[in-house]
Amino acid sequence: MKTNPSKLQTARTNGSVEFYETQIQRLWRRFSSHRLAVFGGCIVLLLLLSAVFADFISPHDPLDLDTSRRFIKPFTDIHFILGTDEMGRDTFARLLHGGRISLIVGIAAMFATVVTGLLVGLISGYYGGKIDNILMRFTDTILCFPQVFLLLILAAFITPTVISIALIIGLTSWMEVARIIRAQIQYIKKQDFIQASFALGASGPRIMFRELLPNAMAPVLVSATLNVANAVLMESYISFLGYGIQPPLASWGNMLTNAQAYFDLSPWLAILPGIMITLTVMSFNFLGDGLRDALDPRLKM
Amino acid sequence: MFKYIIKRLLQAVPLLIGVSIIAFSIMHLAPGGPLSVYTLNPSITAQDIDKIKVILGLDQPIHIQYLKWAGGMFTGNWGTTFFGGRPVFNVIVERIPATFLLMGSAMSIAILMGMFTGILGAFKRYSIFDYLATTGAMVALSFPTFWFGLMAIYIFSLKLGWFPSGGMFTLGGEEDALDLLRHLVLPTLVLALVLVAQWSRYTRSSFLEVINQDYIRTARAKGIKGSKILIRHALPNAVAPLIALAGVQLPWLFSGALVAETIFGWPGMGRLFVDSLTMKEYPVLMGMVMFTAIAVIFGNLIADIINAVLDPRIALE
Repeated sequence: MKTNPSKLQTARTNGSVEFYETQIQRLWRRFSSHRLAVFGGCIVLLLLLSAVFADFISPHDPLDLDTSRRFIKPFTDIHFILGTDEMGRDTFARLLHGGRISLIVGIAAMFATVVTGLLVGLISGYYGGKIDNILMRFTDTILCFPQVFLLLILAAFITPTVISIALIIGLTSWMEVARIIRAQIQYIKKQDFIQASFALGASGPRIMFRELLPNAMAPVLVSATLNVANAVLMESYISFLGYGIQPPLASWGNMLTNAQAYFDLSPWLAILPGIMITLTVMSFNFLGDGLRDALDPRLKM
Repeated sequence: MFKYIIKRLLQAVPLLIGVSIIAFSIMHLAPGGPLSVYTLNPSITAQDIDKIKVILGLDQPIHIQYLKWAGGMFTGNWGTTFFGGRPVFNVIVERIPATFLLMGSAMSIAILMGMFTGILGAFKRYSIFDYLATTGAMVALSFPTFWFGLMAIYIFSLKLGWFPSGGMFTLGGEEDALDLLRHLVLPTLVLALVLVAQWSRYTRSSFLEVINQDYIRTARAKGIKGSKILIRHALPNAVAPLIALAGVQLPWLFSGALVAETIFGWPGMGRLFVDSLTMKEYPVLMGMVMFTAIAVIFGNLIADIINAVLDPRIALE
């Protein structure tokens, strides 16, 4: 959006709102100049829409099997655009419904991650001292474990459902968010308006949730977006190994498990879910990067 | 310096204790606890289980159990496997060379390639190369590595037949270095992919920070050659955060090695972990979790000490 300097001058003298770009406008200007982020955002939107309306878009039931039409190649049959798998199920329908499951897990895991990280970081940053010390040592300790190891052990212990998978992914990835929030809170806490709240006798929870938290939301938004990407990756991996989403429910990860057996015969069964995972993870990563640049140019890598 | 090293060592102690407490609690979270494997066996009666409990000391209060277990952990007594009764410590240790070979080769490639593209990207900022490198890094970071591995097998083993699809040596063949190298190529490539992307991103941002500093401008003003500025002035200053990165990357490296090993059947620790998972070998799983966490703690310690040696200011803080 280009602004004309003389127009700005008249706008200023008239005291018109045009001179003052609102927060949202400024964010949008910065965000939309980041081409890859806009591209990522569009893909994310498309993926979300296709997940919500999967039942309407897909021409077949993803569980409808018929062994008389196994291994149809993609783009050869008008009824099965992306072909069929080893049980004759429609790949397009399975990709759509698998995407729904993968995105639900990704977003639910993101919420688990952000809520846990937010609480730990907020309490740690606000109270400081002993509480901070204990919580941060705990965070450091969890960070010592490689995530995939912890995740697989927990996944082997629980009954895998969409919610339980999302929860364990959240439980093993909140540490980064907690650290970011803590640093942010420590910085905001020193500012005058928080000191003023203290002086006015505001309660701890009020300061935490009404004053500190809203001011620390920008980095939370960024890491929430990036966390969806990571959660989708993690879910696909543990489902691929057989500890995540269980068949017949399709997820991109467990579609790859079956595809591995028919690799030589029908590689597209392995290629398509992989492309979907990559596309999803990449879009969320680009979106997160763009948001970071738009919200806080200082954080730019 | 000596004081700093002692201080860092002491800081690692609470971490080790924390790690062991968490690992111990996870073991007791297991359905049926550490004895679940026996409860699934129909030929073992409830009385037998009680006996095993007494033998393994599982009838004692929880804090005594923990102290015994933790004591065993630090003296190398990591218990025995459920199947076969081999010492867990030995089972894990014999897998270390394979994993470290894979991690080492992937890390060397990542450091060389990542630093090269990162430095070039920083010095030729906003060039086409820089744009391609940063976007490429982002795409590489978004690849599901296990899928990348599957695709590598499909293209380079099944279709082109250049490299074997799995294992460490050809079965029945001569186990020489050349054979090992052929088997090493694909898993290394898969593990290195994400590492190269991370290294190029961090190197780029670290160098961008340094080359805007006054002393670089001064060196330029004095008419020093570009390559000399890079090697003598920029590199030593930009490299410090990268050494810390190598330490921080360790947990990720273990996770990545696990993924690469399961895809390529590489007989390392990751393969052992996934095999133990299907067999519900809890002692081995716990041992592996402890081993990797301890390795991460010491890896970070070493990275910090190297940094302090290179930059004595760190030790004084």
